Amino acid sequence: MNLTLKIWRQSDANDKGKMVDYKVTEISEHMSFLEMMDVLNEQLINKGEEPVAFDHDCREGICGMCSMFINGEAHGPDRGVTTCQLHMRMFNDGDTITIEPFRAKAFPVIKDLVVDRGAFDRIQHAGGYISVNTSGNTQDANATLISKHAADEAMDAATCIGCGACVASCKNASAMLFVGAKVSQYALLPQGQVEAVDRVKNMVAQMDLEGFGNCTNTGACEVECPKGISLENIARMNREFLSANVKG
Amino acid sequence: MSGFFKSSIGRKYAMALSAFFLMFFLLQHFAINILSVFSPDAFNEASHFMGTFWAVQYVLQPILIFGVIYHFVMGFILEARNRSARVKKYAKNNGAANSSWMSRNMIYSGLCILAFLVLHFIDFWFPEINTKYIQGDMSGLLGNGEGFRYYQELAHKFESPLRVGAYVIAFVFLSLHLMHGFSSAFQSAGASSMRKEKLQLFGKAYAIIIPLGFIFIALFHHFNHH
Amino acid sequence: MSVLDSKVPKGPLETKWTDYKNHIDLVNPANKRNIDIIVVGTGLAGGSAAATLAELGYNVKTFCYQDSPRRAHSIAAQGGINAAKNYQGDGDSTYRLFYDTVKGGDYRSREANVYRLAEVSANIIDQCVAQGVPFAREYGGLLDNRSFGGVLVSRTFYAKGQTGQQLLLGAYSAMNRQIARGKITPYNRHEMLDVVKVDGKARGIIARNLVTGEIERHSAHAVVIASGGYGNVYFLSTNAMGSNVTASWKIHKKGAFFANPCYTQIHPTCIPRSGDYQSKLTLMSESLRNDGRIWVPKNLDDVKAIREGKKKPTDLSEDERDYYLERRYPAFGNLVPRDVASRAAKERCDAGYGVNATGEAVYLDFAAAIERYGKEQAKIHGINNASAEKIYELGAAIVKAKYGNLFQMYEKIVDQDPYKTPMMIYPAVHYTMGGVWVDYNLMTTIPGCYAIGEANFSDHGANRLGASALMQGLADGYFVLPYTIGDYLSNDIRTGKIPTDTPEFDAAEKEVTDRINFFISNKGEHSVDYYHKKLGKIMWDKCGMSRNAEGLKTAINEISELRKDFWKNVNVPGTTTEYNEQLAKAGRVADFLELGELFAKDALVREESAGGHFREEHQTEEGEAKRLTEFQFVSAWEYKGEPKDAVLHKEDLVYENIEVKERSYK
Repeated sequence: MNLTLKIWRQSDANDKGKMVDYKVTEISEHMSFLEMMDVLNEQLINKGEEPVAFDHDCREGICGMCSMFINGEAHGPDRGVTTCQLHMRMFNDGDTITIEPFRAKAFPVIKDLVVDRGAFDRIQHAGGYISVNTSGNTQDANATLISKHAADEAMDAATCIGCGACVASCKNASAMLFVGAKVSQYALLPQGQVEAVDRVKNMVAQMDLEGFGNCTNTGACEVECPKGISLENIARMNREFLSANVKG
Repeated sequence: MSGFFKSSIGRKYAMALSAFFLMFFLLQHFAINILSVFSPDAFNEASHFMGTFWAVQYVLQPILIFGVIYHFVMGFILEARNRSARVKKYAKNNGAANSSWMSRNMIYSGLCILAFLVLHFIDFWFPEINTKYIQGDMSGLLGNGEGFRYYQELAHKFESPLRVGAYVIAFVFLSLHLMHGFSSAFQSAGASSMRKEKLQLFGKAYAIIIPLGFIFIALFHHFNHH
Repeated sequence: MSVLDSKVPKGPLETKWTDYKNHIDLVNPANKRNIDIIVVGTGLAGGSAAATLAELGYNVKTFCYQDSPRRAHSIAAQGGINAAKNYQGDGDSTYRLFYDTVKGGDYRSREANVYRLAEVSANIIDQCVAQGVPFAREYGGLLDNRSFGGVLVSRTFYAKGQTGQQLLLGAYSAMNRQIARGKITPYNRHEMLDVVKVDGKARGIIARNLVTGEIERHSAHAVVIASGGYGNVYFLSTNAMGSNVTASWKIHKKGAFFANPCYTQIHPTCIPRSGDYQSKLTLMSESLRNDGRIWVPKNLDDVKAIREGKKKPTDLSEDERDYYLERRYPAFGNLVPRDVASRAAKERCDAGYGVNATGEAVYLDFAAAIERYGKEQAKIHGINNASAEKIYELGAAIVKAKYGNLFQMYEKIVDQDPYKTPMMIYPAVHYTMGGVWVDYNLMTTIPGCYAIGEANFSDHGANRLGASALMQGLADGYFVLPYTIGDYLSNDIRTGKIPTDTPEFDAAEKEVTDRINFFISNKGEHSVDYYHKKLGKIMWDKCGMSRNAEGLKTAINEISELRKDFWKNVNVPGTTTEYNEQLAKAGRVADFLELGELFAKDALVREESAGGHFREEHQTEEGEAKRLTEFQFVSAWEYKGEPKDAVLHKEDLVYENIEVKERSYK
């Protein structure tokens, strides 16, 4: 199929940037979206132009590196997939596809479609861990029983790949689904209880400091999340945050 | 708890709490207003009680006013912060694909409600305050002393089709606001059960029935006077 | 005596590691504050090592090319992690895990290292649970296990189909704790481009900031390479797009020997290539072979008709199908080991029986399993004379419960419903057992330079068992390196900070800068991918699932020619001082072009078949791998300029605690 691409081009963080139109031809419907981008880039390189910069790595939907806003949606129109798993069969011959970076004040553009998601890392530095030494001299793994239900729920929260689609989709560029998932994973497990009060306070404080917006419960994040992280994680974070503040 | 209300989540709690209060107030307001359809006397009695009982006037009323102002001011503050969280907008943003119109436009439905409140205050609240506290007439009686004035005043206001039209439009926006706001307040407050179907349904029912009821009252009085 | 000293401690196998730990030198906590360590790569090995070293008190700098340490490709591991916990009471033990690993590696790994790995495996699980890794649990609240290929016990711990991601997040959380304490400084979106040696010791690295293009000098008292494997030398593999050999190759060029480059694991069940644009291959769990039957059409006419879309696979009757694994290996059938299954698929496709447009795919068919389960369910539910539809429905439900997520993933990628039509699969490169040579301390032949995880060669021999890669990465990082590195660093307590304004750093930086400037100013006619794809094709065709002397010799020449052409005609757009992915890629492909040749040379020298290395000249009459006693050694290559000049050093492998036997699946 033949497509028109409207792509955001920005040479570096200080550049103003603009949308530029490109044409690609003979795109197979079996290609992944990123393979289509590869075709475009090969074309640009051979013409002596600069290829479009975009983040990508594992190309199997787990590393969370890829991050495009395609036709007005994070990771494009398909559900439960990252951009690398999005296939061209979701589009039609002759389509015009708008491709933009994930936009948020806390995710500054580095180049073209590449953004800096360091804010997510800093939120986790603030408390996304259990303070246990890696000596291996902990208690036996089976010494504390954990109900299957709690383990499964913690796992559901832990499946977050940190791609930032929640922030990109949110009309407020809020990071609450991400932070909620991280807080929830530990809140649901007995190992996380000891530091629960400080963890949620510190992580929320860092989240606010990074300049993310507030949650207005539109639910867009949950719909666009490639891993189906539930809004329940935000409610749980809110509860944790309140109880942490009550406890002092 | 210091700093709690400065945090994003703390503010959400505050927003939700004021919303709970306002939703409760709305229910109570509706309960009294609907009396006017069935029994002008009962409506008069209830209005007079609310208008003169000290706890309502000096405790609940200030709280309500504070709640309303807080809800609006905080709504604007949060909106401003949320807007600043994305400086550069998307060239193409397909919000309809992942969220409801209501949830994305709370600020606009809220502004419509604010405009309505101004009208509503001019219509009812200012004259009430004037009568009771400036002119000092706490009797609640009509000028000629023949019974309570509340029902008559109400009926009189709804003679104007323009005003009724404005009320109807405002209540449509209230409905839209509540359609998202009801469950959103529970979600903000950390209620996990709010995502269960039955409560969602209850929220929707509330968001439709209450505003529809107010519209019905306005239309009822409008058409009963012609 | 060989120049290679494995430094394996004396004494009985069971107590080697404990005795050794009791006697090595330590660095006192106050002195650790004065010692810097660089860790390159933040996957399971690098991430866990960085966290542990920082916790011990060393100052750690981590480097990764991704935007966050959490994205390293360990994240993609699905199945699980082995540990000799014997929670299931099925007879597992440290020895059994050790035995399975050595045997699975076709007796080409170092005994003492593997035993140590098995020994610390149990600690890994304790550690990860304490960190909050949400492993799967049973209803009673205890940890759940599953069994994996090639072993007789259930020792695999798992977190849904995302074990790698969860373990990596565990290591990353341990890192976060140290980052918050200021003991780890993370350098994300940075790539190591050379190691700096001072007085023969590794004392720092030259790194490039991938965002600004800035070249940076970083000094340290020791350098740890944890940058993973080199499967991307094949262009197409299950590795991440950015996975590369550069860090390992740079230290190789500065004196670290490279061991067994030809040992590559090719996984039989991956989603096939769909066209020339393909950038990456996706693995499907090998558990699918428990219920799927693998076949191709018997007649070439049918193959043609299927490729042209005139026939569907379901149109072919049973006697028009060739269930070649069941035909060739009646005893094991579809459950033959990975290498055998992969080679058999290649054999059929080479003969022209491949069933997709590229001719490189075979069917994995669940129709029989669906019918079998369906009939079983009908009986259980007491349904007599169940219709074919009912049987299908009941059977499909069972298959969905077992493999639902894999079927869904397949459908997303291929757009075919595997419940209705057979899946297409083909083998793909996914792990490299070879890597930088290390001694028992995990130190390379450069003093002060260590290699851990997939980047080293030590534990998996010629073939890795499923769920063992995660185990090795974390064992090296959490429990082995932090001890052994202390022994070396105990001599450095008085060294003080290593300055970076020295001639050694000047020289290394100049080399790096010159190379980068060359790429940008070359303005050739072909893109970097053009060369990478060509290299991949040579590697796959001639150094792939089966190899022969003639093919390998050709490969050596072709790669050498391709490399020359690359240095003449490569085209890298953009500038050196910006985010420039093509420039980063150019450096990586340049290194792959050297490694590829050494790979072929290693494969040529190894005149036997072992594990993932299959030489057509060395097979039994039944076409099985034929191992030779005279090749019971590690090939460690010393860099001498061109890959063809590399010098082979041999480390003999001695098995004192295990009997070397033929691997047999008859």
